[in-house]
Amino acid sequence: MLRYSVKRLFSLILSLAVASLVIFFVIEIAPGDPASFMLGINAQPDTVAALRTELGLDQSKFSRYAAWVGGMLSGDFGTSYTYRTPVAEMIADRLWVSLPLALYALALSTLIAFPAGIYAAARRGKAGDMAVMGATQLGVAVPNFWFAMMLVLIFAINLRWFNAGGFVGWDEGLLAGLHSLTLPAISLALPQAAILARVMRSALLDILGEDFMRTARAKGLSRRQALWRHGLRNALIPVLTIIGLQFSFLLAGAIIIEQVFYLPGLGRLVFQAISARDLIVVESVVMLLVFAVITVNFLVDLAYAAVDPRLRSRT
Amino acid sequence: MSRNLILGGALSALVLLAAMVSFVWTPFDHTTMDIPSKLQTPNAIHWLGTDHFGRDIFSMIMVGARTSIAVALVAVGIGMSIGVPLGLAAAARSGSWLDELIMRGNDLVFAFPSLVIAILITAIFGAGAVNAIIAIGIFNIPVFARITRGAALSLWQREFILAARVAGKNAARISAEHILPNVANLLIVQGTIQFSLGILAEAGLSYVGLGAQPPTPSWGRMLADAQTMVSFAPHLALIPGTAIILTVLGLNLMGDGLRDWLDPKLRVART
Amino acid sequence: MSLLNIQNLTLSIGDSAILKDVSLSVAPGEIVAVTGESGSGKSMTALAVMQLLPELAQANGTLSLDGINLLEQSEEQLCALRGASIGMVFQEPMTALNPVKTIGDQVMETILIHKAMSSANARQHAQEMLERVGLPADRFPLSRFPHELSGGQRQRVVIAMAIALRPKLLIADEPTTALDVTTQAQILALLKDLVQDFGMGLLMITHDLAVVADLADRIVVMRHGEVVESGTTQGLLANMQHPYTRMLFAASNHQVALPPAPAPKPLLQVKGAVRDYRLPRKSLFGAPGHYRAVKDVSFTLNRGERLGLVGESGCGKSTLTRAILGLEPLQGGEILLDGGPIGINQSAEQRRKMQVVFQDPFGSFNPRHRVDRLITEPFHLLDKPPTGSSRRDLIAETLTAVGLSPDDAAKFIHQFSGGQRQRIAIARALITRPELILFDEAVSALDVSVRAQILDLLAELCKSYALTYLFISHDLNVVRTITDRVLVMKAGEIVEQGATEAVFTSPKHAYTQSLLAAAPVLPDLGKGAIVA
Repeated sequence: MLRYSVKRLFSLILSLAVASLVIFFVIEIAPGDPASFMLGINAQPDTVAALRTELGLDQSKFSRYAAWVGGMLSGDFGTSYTYRTPVAEMIADRLWVSLPLALYALALSTLIAFPAGIYAAARRGKAGDMAVMGATQLGVAVPNFWFAMMLVLIFAINLRWFNAGGFVGWDEGLLAGLHSLTLPAISLALPQAAILARVMRSALLDILGEDFMRTARAKGLSRRQALWRHGLRNALIPVLTIIGLQFSFLLAGAIIIEQVFYLPGLGRLVFQAISARDLIVVESVVMLLVFAVITVNFLVDLAYAAVDPRLRSRT
Repeated sequence: MSRNLILGGALSALVLLAAMVSFVWTPFDHTTMDIPSKLQTPNAIHWLGTDHFGRDIFSMIMVGARTSIAVALVAVGIGMSIGVPLGLAAAARSGSWLDELIMRGNDLVFAFPSLVIAILITAIFGAGAVNAIIAIGIFNIPVFARITRGAALSLWQREFILAARVAGKNAARISAEHILPNVANLLIVQGTIQFSLGILAEAGLSYVGLGAQPPTPSWGRMLADAQTMVSFAPHLALIPGTAIILTVLGLNLMGDGLRDWLDPKLRVART
Repeated sequence: MSLLNIQNLTLSIGDSAILKDVSLSVAPGEIVAVTGESGSGKSMTALAVMQLLPELAQANGTLSLDGINLLEQSEEQLCALRGASIGMVFQEPMTALNPVKTIGDQVMETILIHKAMSSANARQHAQEMLERVGLPADRFPLSRFPHELSGGQRQRVVIAMAIALRPKLLIADEPTTALDVTTQAQILALLKDLVQDFGMGLLMITHDLAVVADLADRIVVMRHGEVVESGTTQGLLANMQHPYTRMLFAASNHQVALPPAPAPKPLLQVKGAVRDYRLPRKSLFGAPGHYRAVKDVSFTLNRGERLGLVGESGCGKSTLTRAILGLEPLQGGEILLDGGPIGINQSAEQRRKMQVVFQDPFGSFNPRHRVDRLITEPFHLLDKPPTGSSRRDLIAETLTAVGLSPDDAAKFIHQFSGGQRQRIAIARALITRPELILFDEAVSALDVSVRAQILDLLAELCKSYALTYLFISHDLNVVRTITDRVLVMKAGEIVEQGATEAVFTSPKHAYTQSLLAAAPVLPDLGKGAIVA
């Protein structure tokens, strides 16, 4: 188990290193000089040169990469070109919206998908299964931002149960905060729940055909007991993979959903930064998102080992 | 043929037809503004109503189908034409450094959701439909590489491949002659699914302004325009949304139907 | 009074009839073997007793255990009976256990699900049961996972689960088919012992007539869902009534006459062959370990000779086969065919001299190609592959030689039965007239009657084409009749070689002796009685 974890950790670090290189050099080839962009077209050349020195733009590519990575490791993401404030602070503020939103959505999606998938698998071919499968087929096809607009129309504009947008802030209390994230979380979660429920169902159905399920029945377990005691844990292996993949969709989806609800999250930050050509902010947010995806995949790998003893004893 | 395949095929064909017809005919010119007749609900003249500039929504939907299909199709093409050879090569040299390199490269690309790629590209080159294509296409590469490799790996263990190796055929020839035809069904099904995901992704990117730019019509941008008016003109959001849902639903049903139809073993196992 | 009584059991799935009027009975302490070829309905009979049939199956008749008609029980009542009154052992021990649960949990589950004992007692009892089936606690604690055990050990766990509550009836569906011959002998002995010890009835499903004759008190022979003949083992063996029964026993012990081999002239020379596999690194930065699958193997195969290679699974015979085929590299030694070296990058000229027939008649062909394209794949190796009418003639001639019709060339592979597919595989190996053909478990997946026909075909081809072949198999009976000389392989080494008959009648090496002792043998029924 330890060796497996260490090996995974090693590949996590390698992935992060390569990802940071890719991001750095992609931003590097972006046209335009940030310093002249910040100072406008009328700036004096020596002012631009001074700012370049201040921003470290006159150094070699390699040393700037090293400085960027080194800074990030110590929590210093640099200074925003447009706002002249530390990027780390800007991101931290926004993260308090985006991360809870993604986790809220992930929790909702899992809570909806597991019972739905298990129910459908247990009633394979019957009316209940058909209904769940039909609903998921529709759920998969709905764009989450459109679904969000419909939720706003119904629950905010017509029923007035929720605000149409904005975030009250966590200072108002946990419940108030969650309340204002509920519509965004639902609109993120439902399409993902539809996918997850389908995966859960088909994973369970695959397991139902396994020899050891027949063995369980031969021991005297009922169909339901066999499904719960032997099916579920084995079915978790493919389901975990999808949950890991979904996290990256949820993060990316959150960026779009923030636009619908005018939430002050990472999404709005990155779009503002793009239009202001504040590339250091773009660079840092992208790195953060990629870091999150890679880390979640690492956690999924560890979860595999917890579920599957064969992985624990292998390398 | 299953009900799924017929229904899905019909829906997909309808969307494709609308896109094709839009090249030669639309009820109105989709760019012509007609402010006096703005925000009409569906009626006999404007079958699906008009938007806030008085443009005919039916025409915009028809032309928008073109954008959606073009972006998704090219993105699937990019994913397949790069991902499939990579997957075949990785499987043919399974366990080698080449396999390792391809698979680690795949993992790396998977860490960049297509929206993030689109953000990066936009940061450099500015927004546009081409960027959406590239972003979705890059994300499709590891999808096809993985699925091809997975299926090819199990085929390499099959005895008919061993027989071909005994007959002295090299890996490239075996991949082309024996592996590819036997994974083709799988790729067709996955292609349909990626196509529908591409439509969704294009809509999302256009919605946030990273996709097709005006005047190129796009379902996603129609929704972005509709957002501020959803309280008094909900049809502006309902109609493009329904167009996206029906297209994606059609493609997904077709994918499911194709999978069952192309794989008789699966058809038996499912009943 | 019999324990299990099946009367006129009829079973259908949809429109297809699976079982027709099946009647049989099992008494306490009795071993009843149900035998037959694939499609005979023997496994379905076992599942019918467990009432674990496919969803759409419709069963009629009487199926009573201890006077209770199982067909009339509710699902709940059946759950109470399964595991407690009837236990079952399955064919495939590698997949019959849940991979994510410990063996202790899985044995205890049988006890706990029937609420037979408290949890602590169940643990104790599970341990005892594992000991009883030959898995002592010091080497096989309850906390082991299935993947840490061998196939034979897993089958013991499955047996422990099945007998944990001392059921009255034990059903074993091909319990040793997936196991090696020495493991098979141990498992069969265990089952026999348990039947005596517990006074259980054992309903044994097997295709292996030697096992049947060795083990059963009574035999039931089935074909196409019907019982064709049944009786006590001795009675039935002495006096077979039904021609199918006679055919089955004759085919199981089928003998062929090979033409004499010509004077020895080396064709294939294996000299000190070594094949290593890399193992995953033990520590992060340590050197990767090696597993030596083939250790310094040397032998010679002469032109016109039929050489056998026997050994149990994992002995390295498959690895050696692949090395001879030039599909895997050697780490030491060399292999020469007709004087030229064999290797991964050998020339087409060299490859042309050798062809292969694999085990699986279903996996050996690309399902998308027609027979003519399938069997002409080796033409790739020829400098000038025949075209037009000469190609057609060669295909027709080869198909005829393997007992098929020239018209079959235009068909797809799924239109053929397993035996016919194996004929097509032989045609593919034969069409370029190679110097040497490798048969890799080529008849192992076939029913006995089909196997007998393929063996006849090989003997015929030996006469008409003067074949030289290496016949790799785990089946000692088959190797005995189809080869002139035999190699016995164990743990990567050739431990014994010699003229086939000599090795079989007076084995020198202890391993060969144990292998032959473990193999169940058909009783000598007197040639006349069977042929009649």
